Amino acid sequence: MTTKLIGTSPNRRSVLTGMAAGGLLASGALPRFAQAQSSAPIKLGFQLHRTGIGASYGRWYERTAQAALKLLNEGGGINGRPVEIIFEDDGTDPRRGAEVVEKLASQAGVDAIFGPLFSHVVIGSAPRAGELKVPYLVCSEGYHVASGMLNRWTLQPGITDVRAQVSSMAPWVMNNLGKKVTMVFPDYAFGYDHRDFFTAAVEAQGGQVVAQLAIPPTETSFTRYLPQIPAETEVLYHVMVGPAVLTFVKELGEFYGTGPRPEIFGFIDSLEAVNIASPGLEFLEGTHFWEGHCRTQQADASEFEIAYRAAVGVDADGASVSDAKDVATYAHMFSTWETLFILKAGMEAAGYQGPADRQKLVEAIEAMTAMPASMAHPQGDKMFNGKTHQVFGHQNISKVEGGKLLRVHKTTLEDSMYEDAVDYTTMSF
Amino acid sequence: MKSLALHLAVIALLFALQFVLPPYHHTNIARVMVLAVFAMGYNIAFGYTGLLSLGHALFFGAGLYAAGLMANGGWTGLATLPAGLLAGGLVALAVGMLALRTAGVSFMIVTLMFAQAGYLTILYFGPVTGGDEGFVLPAAARNLAGFDLATETPRYTLGLALFAVALLANLALVRSPLGRVMVAMRENEERSRMLGYNPFTVKLTALVISGLYAGVAGAGYALMFGYVGASFAAIQYSILPMLWVLLGGAGTVLGPFIGALLMFYLIDLSSSVTTAHQMVVGVALLALVLFAPKGLLGTLRERGLKWLP
Amino acid sequence: MAAVLALTAVGLSLVFGVMRVVNVAHGEFFMLGAVAAWFVTAFTPGPPVVGFVAALVLCPLLVGGVAALADRLVLKRLNYDPEATIVATIGLLYILQQAALSLYGPDARPVPAPFEWRIQLPWFGYSGYKLFVVAAACVILLAVWLFMTRSRAGLVMRATQIDRDTARAFGINVDRVYAGVFALGAGLAAIAAVLIVPIQQAHYLMGHDPLLLSFIVVIIGGLGSVRGTLVAALLIGLSDGVISVFYTPTLAKILATLFVALVLVFRPQGLFGAKQ
Repeated sequence: MTTKLIGTSPNRRSVLTGMAAGGLLASGALPRFAQAQSSAPIKLGFQLHRTGIGASYGRWYERTAQAALKLLNEGGGINGRPVEIIFEDDGTDPRRGAEVVEKLASQAGVDAIFGPLFSHVVIGSAPRAGELKVPYLVCSEGYHVASGMLNRWTLQPGITDVRAQVSSMAPWVMNNLGKKVTMVFPDYAFGYDHRDFFTAAVEAQGGQVVAQLAIPPTETSFTRYLPQIPAETEVLYHVMVGPAVLTFVKELGEFYGTGPRPEIFGFIDSLEAVNIASPGLEFLEGTHFWEGHCRTQQADASEFEIAYRAAVGVDADGASVSDAKDVATYAHMFSTWETLFILKAGMEAAGYQGPADRQKLVEAIEAMTAMPASMAHPQGDKMFNGKTHQVFGHQNISKVEGGKLLRVHKTTLEDSMYEDAVDYTTMSF
Repeated sequence: MKSLALHLAVIALLFALQFVLPPYHHTNIARVMVLAVFAMGYNIAFGYTGLLSLGHALFFGAGLYAAGLMANGGWTGLATLPAGLLAGGLVALAVGMLALRTAGVSFMIVTLMFAQAGYLTILYFGPVTGGDEGFVLPAAARNLAGFDLATETPRYTLGLALFAVALLANLALVRSPLGRVMVAMRENEERSRMLGYNPFTVKLTALVISGLYAGVAGAGYALMFGYVGASFAAIQYSILPMLWVLLGGAGTVLGPFIGALLMFYLIDLSSSVTTAHQMVVGVALLALVLFAPKGLLGTLRERGLKWLP
Repeated sequence: MAAVLALTAVGLSLVFGVMRVVNVAHGEFFMLGAVAAWFVTAFTPGPPVVGFVAALVLCPLLVGGVAALADRLVLKRLNYDPEATIVATIGLLYILQQAALSLYGPDARPVPAPFEWRIQLPWFGYSGYKLFVVAAACVILLAVWLFMTRSRAGLVMRATQIDRDTARAFGINVDRVYAGVFALGAGLAAIAAVLIVPIQQAHYLMGHDPLLLSFIVVIIGGLGSVRGTLVAALLIGLSDGVISVFYTPTLAKILATLFVALVLVFRPQGLFGAKQ
């Protein structure tokens, strides 16, 4: 894959050296903030997967959040006050996650915390956020928020959950790829969400799941599972996460080779931060992927999308502008950007002054509904459900053509919605 | 006498600390105390009896899940805490019956395999255990005799109570005849056999006591912090208590606590200073082990404080 | 991949057998080899074969060098005390992991295979490179075995393994032997890693599984027994595969794990270890 935007733009530099930006802002370098009643910065905590299994995501989540922060402050911050973000590593571990929530809330005194992706970190940390009564905005796509497992202080306004993702796309898969599906998924909770909700959606469409292959999390080679795929399979549905995913996709390619194969529909999670033009992945040509946000810049990309890409420092192929080999976790990372701007909208609606107004902030976010596409929502418009604390957005199905992911279908917001399983607004704070 | 006074002083200090600590460190110390109970249990098997186990995550996990699953069934701390204690002890008994047929590195690997099988079992029963994601304890279950463990003071108090009981019991154990036999077993198994002790029984007893410690620590952790997940039963949680014990000093009563405390703040402080915090931790571990190969208290004991238990 | 597992495990077995050191950082040497292979292949011009051969030569030397350095600077000063070395190698593990994360990054990166050759059977395909890996691993294992049994250096190592003090009395420089063994063990792990990266991608956390597996293989096979290590590697690779035909994969893992544990319980000296 050739990259046309090689070179370092000023934006990109400032993202990388962004750690210094907070300090600069705090020293009052930007006079525009002076008009606010209190010009003390608003402090936000970011629970970051800097080390551990989530580090690929963490690195891009940090870059995205830094870019969003820069734009936010250039536009006057929140309520006229500058904003700073304190990034703290959770090692992608639930125990450390809870400790980080504690550290950010009690020691750094942040106004709200956001950013975690991995479900076990979210579920491990949410109880502590609830006890400390600090708004905790997760970017995790798990179904744990909308299922009612967590608490009133935990919200997911930046990214659609797995249940909505899979059920909204099932009809298209049935109608365009085939009705007999074999699913390959990791043998733990994240995989079960896919298994349960996609199977239900397939059956609702008159299709059939002919086999479910659950792969244990400790596996590093998948060759012996592949012969278990029934020959009658019309669509192979795969979703894998972790460092071994590339092995899985390559072995799938070796298995089918140039022979006949079913249609393949995968979650881009299998290939986040991986160049789709890597050796061994040629067979992906012509297969389909779910994408939360299209990695390859589409022909009809909105102005917001283009500006967002430039601000974060990602080229039209979804790689870093300074290093074409450094591929972004593009399908997920928009959630940190959008969550930051939701915090801004929520704080401004609540007339937020300080930690005493945290409850008002949660109530203000709960009151949100339609979120039109804008610079604050570059992935597209969304609908927030205050009762379940979950947002619903458009999902994309892309086809690999010439090493690029080209969108062939975009779901509507209604496609992804399901009945409420919980009403958090009736719970006490 | 001197040592009893020292340990009582440590407990008193920890009691007093809760009134002056800022909120963040308040919770940290509560957490370190309950993890130190786990480490003390490990020390009883490893430090005193010489059983190098890599399977203690299983005992901790047994306590954690016993408490967590019972909490889901509506039980509160009065029932779940003892249940966790028993679960840890029973699992240790079962593992010990088999694993103690081996010794040395074989024992290490067998316990590792059992713990790994336990971890995978938790994943296998995902619908009940929540698998890798785990689950959050219902608020009503995090209650011990009317005290809400989700609030600061009861949480700290429970952590301190568990720690104090565990510490004093540990002290009593090492001074008891059983404790001496355990050490004898570590130093020279053949000789203690000739003196009429059955190595298998002594080791099994030590392992079960160790399991009781780990189990109650797991249950305490679940109640105090409200989350149960498979990551606590993973291999990492078998290595951590070993690291804490070795840092603080294997075969010392206070060593596990010192080690856990040290390791916690090493990670916490270094991650505030640099993004490459693992490097700092690694270098610190190397420096520590070069400077104090027997752990902090172990080295102190060698250099003069001979009375340290 | 039983062949690669055997290579890694033999490295660990050497260190463990000769030095009586539980090297927790052994998996990190494996990871370091893989990461180094990525750097070497990425910066070597010409076809993938050239880069691959370069990696096969350079990576073990580099990783062996790091290991020898670690031995000289740390382990030697600890007098190879078993407990202190566990802490020290855990420290080493942290350092190597962080170094890889900082210098190499958190992504799993593929290394091109030296050749692309697929065996297309009527019903499915198989990668020819994997067969090459098996062959290469066998050759290297044979070389190690010859080295240990036929060469003078091997004799010295075996002598040191049996009795350190007597070896010293016979004028063997035990320190140098230890550094050499530690480096050789790490180098073998690195070779295994170079062979595996075209299949498995280099990733900074990849050292974890090989560490556990090779520990298990070493103990099951019996300490210091190259033959036992090989049989155990095959046994473990197969038991997992055979059981997974009958049960769901996770259940198969549980059963395989328990099976291996029970083998040890009832045959604590390992399959080929001498009775003590």
